[in-house]
Amino acid sequence: MSLGPDLVGRSYPPTAPYRVSAEKVREFATAVGTAYDGPAGPVTQVPATFPIVLAFAAMNDFLAAEQVELARIVHGEQRFAYERPVVVDDVLTAQLTIASLRQIGGNDIIGTRSEIHDADGALVCTAAATLVHRGADA
Amino acid sequence: MSGWEAGAQLPAHTYTITRADLVRYAGASGDFNPIHWSDRVAAAVGLPGVIAHGMLTQALAARAVADWTDHAEVLELGAKFTSPVQVPDDDTGVEVTVAATVQKVDGDRVTLALEVTSGGAKVLGRPTAVVRA
Repeated sequence: MSLGPDLVGRSYPPTAPYRVSAEKVREFATAVGTAYDGPAGPVTQVPATFPIVLAFAAMNDFLAAEQVELARIVHGEQRFAYERPVVVDDVLTAQLTIASLRQIGGNDIIGTRSEIHDADGALVCTAAATLVHRGADA
Repeated sequence: MSGWEAGAQLPAHTYTITRADLVRYAGASGDFNPIHWSDRVAAAVGLPGVIAHGMLTQALAARAVADWTDHAEVLELGAKFTSPVQVPDDDTGVEVTVAATVQKVDGDRVTLALEVTSGGAKVLGRPTAVVRA
């Protein structure tokens, strides 16, 4: 299955509000081996790649909407630009827009941009991802 | 934090990724793509075997950045996932090494050009971090 060029520019509904808990951050930090001591410190920083939790949820919604099988997706590139660090008790949503789409050798190369906002509507982080959708023959 | 100079090389850190780490990362991130835990599915979509999440590799790069900078605020982080890190189904796993050179110091913004390798080969393309020093 190939994705159509009319996808470019399409935005999907924002993900459900997600509250960042100390427990979740601790679980993520443990999984990536980064120190984290909880909001009381001394190491209070949420791991830099934590916003992927939001961006991935937005990507899953996009894949479901377009009936793309997750197993056929390989992550090609990921960039984050942070307006401010994520902190515990943030309530975040991610909204994904398709920025670009091209076909190479039976694969779809999908450029996505997910904007992550806090409960006040302020931009916290922009996550740009390139997803390689492996075609049936690839 | 101060004293950053362009051209300075930072000490490399080496981390190990095992299948158990992939399972733990899948749970923590919500990325349950079976190419990160099932040899059968990985082979079916044309991969050489189970591969690490690109985001786990990038997270290890961020871990090294946090270590070098004493958890400085990260302003930008990015990389291409140019070469998959294959993770064997054993207890030894695979090693990933993160090194960096200070590329640019612009006021309090320090740009680190990272180098992330596994088995001597680069696995991330132009991995870069910008931190507030």
